Amino acid sequence: MVIANWNSYPRIEANLWDFRAEAEALELLHKLDSCIPRGMGRSYGDCSLASHIISTPGFNRFISLDQEQGILECEAGTSLKDILRVILPLGWFLPVTPGTKYITLGGAIASDVHGKNHHIHGAFGSHVHSLRMLTPQGEVITCSREQNPEVFSAVCGGMGLVGLILSARIRLMPIHSVYIRQKTIPAGSLDQLMELFELHEDCTYSVAWMDCLSRGQNPGLFMLGEHCTAKEAPDRNLSPPERAGLSIPGHLPGWVLSRAALKAFNSLYYTRGRANAGYSFQDLESFFYPLDRVQHWNRLYGSKGFLQYQFVLPKEDSRPGLKRILDHINSFGLPPYLAVLKLLGSQKGLLSFPMRGYTLALDFPMKPGLTALLNTLDQLVHDLGGRVYLAKDARMNQNSFIRGYPENRRFLEIKHGLDPDNKMTSLQSKRLGLCAKAY
Amino acid sequence: MRKSVLILGAGSDVARALARELAQAGYDLQLAGRKVEELAKDARDLEIRFGIQSRALYFDALDLDTHQSFYEALKPRPMGVVAAFGLLGEEDLARHNQQEWLRIIHTNYTGCVSILTIAANNLEQSGEGFIVGISSVAGDRGRAANYVYGSAKAGLSAFLSGLRNRLHKRGVRVITVKPGFIKTKMTRELDLPPRLTASPEEAATDIFRAISKRKDVIYTRWIWRWIMLVIRNIPERVFKRLSI
Repeated sequence: MVIANWNSYPRIEANLWDFRAEAEALELLHKLDSCIPRGMGRSYGDCSLASHIISTPGFNRFISLDQEQGILECEAGTSLKDILRVILPLGWFLPVTPGTKYITLGGAIASDVHGKNHHIHGAFGSHVHSLRMLTPQGEVITCSREQNPEVFSAVCGGMGLVGLILSARIRLMPIHSVYIRQKTIPAGSLDQLMELFELHEDCTYSVAWMDCLSRGQNPGLFMLGEHCTAKEAPDRNLSPPERAGLSIPGHLPGWVLSRAALKAFNSLYYTRGRANAGYSFQDLESFFYPLDRVQHWNRLYGSKGFLQYQFVLPKEDSRPGLKRILDHINSFGLPPYLAVLKLLGSQKGLLSFPMRGYTLALDFPMKPGLTALLNTLDQLVHDLGGRVYLAKDARMNQNSFIRGYPENRRFLEIKHGLDPDNKMTSLQSKRLGLCAKAY
Repeated sequence: MRKSVLILGAGSDVARALARELAQAGYDLQLAGRKVEELAKDARDLEIRFGIQSRALYFDALDLDTHQSFYEALKPRPMGVVAAFGLLGEEDLARHNQQEWLRIIHTNYTGCVSILTIAANNLEQSGEGFIVGISSVAGDRGRAANYVYGSAKAGLSAFLSGLRNRLHKRGVRVITVKPGFIKTKMTRELDLPPRLTASPEEAATDIFRAISKRKDVIYTRWIWRWIMLVIRNIPERVFKRLSI
């Protein structure tokens, strides 16, 4: 069947194999010479694409839940959506969540995803107590920071290349309401946005939306959030209100997201943000997962799809670096349709993306010339000591990868030990030279 | 009192999806089948997800002598019984191999008659409850491709129909489910037409709706009712020449 991930590029012919028990997973690993695990396909690119894909969402049982300590153990295919449905009414929340709940637990670990609280709480892997993995040679091993710590550091952020994650125990975060006290601050420029990030570093959640379509300055909206205490919250509910969502029925023609339309949207969004500046209460759904309400929003970009380019620059070089990169994008005439800025904290993990500094995520519609632009951006990012997020990559070259991820050699040593025959291989791992033999 | 449902053959993909539907509606669940270890994991999952009570029990449809004692040991006595076990078997093998056709007939028919007779007598006494039997469209007309399986399912459909007739006055409902194609472990190797093929979750939703809406016979997907109406009405002298 034809498979693509969330950005609809690349689109490939592949066999999807699912399993519902560990024994079936073991059979699959025996049967397939080469394969890669894939959850709900929400990555942007080819990190979970291969001719043979082990699809995990059918393997989705809750194993245990300690309601006192807030420790949850689930099979790797369990979605964050299902987890939230169970834990929210009990007063617990995910310690780290990306911008969608339509991802699996295993995917969250393999991509070591981060959220708006990365500068305080780190990436998802930091909250994994322990995990069980099926090695490519068919052995089940448990790893954590204490047990097989080397393997653990390769699995978190390891893009499924060292084995199939079977289950994980994670630590949850206690909450007293499903509301977030949000503060929105309009900013007139990139400089102002960065000042705001540094001024509010002790706030739990922070993120900024930036307008890249207007020339010169980059106006934006800086958003902060804190969990409400029970007293502050507008009501006592521990389940977010159900809301009707939208669904994009099919791929829209390219002109719908034209530059003019986007420019209009951006200025509208900014004007609305300015008007609503200040404090407001948002429930968790609308604060963390606003786009989940529009099912298949990726189809807005048409059948050719889009690329998301997310990079991070070390903090000391972020200011001139970001300016240089934005200038270059501007001069190239291929503006990103959406830009999200965030100050990250430092992060362990051999292939984990975050580092202390600013990350910018840019959504580009597929257009001629985009590859050339992104190749130049790779150069700029890596010259500045930054890196590109593997979960959002569909096109980077091996050289850029090696420059961005200096611990890749250590990763490959560990992969060699667990997977000497390179059973776990994706289109991305081939492109980036992430093969045990190559090292 | 909490209502408990017994699912026989609870390890099948459709049964697992149905268990989640029932648990979400607040039923406690007794999951019975041969792979008790996996069923115990399913039971734990249902308890955490839906806050119900659930447990796993060993049950072998082919071991007829154990059925009476199995049912008597159930605590609490279920108010609903779902027979979801079945075996497609290998039709080619069944043409030459007595063991294979016996296995197909005993799993799909004899085993079902055995345990559902016990369940029916029990529910009849309590004067309420339901029985769900998962038959198949293959039972609506025998075809060269799977007539041993089809004949066993035809027998099961007739059995369920009679049981419904008998228990109707006693307040016990009997629901016959006739799935067309479902994408499951059982059919993984087959190349099925997507428009006619339901996912296990879709089939489970249909079955759950049939239970709550007091239906007698349902097809899933619904289009199979009309496909089978046509197929049943093809004259035999034409049908015998067809390869469908």
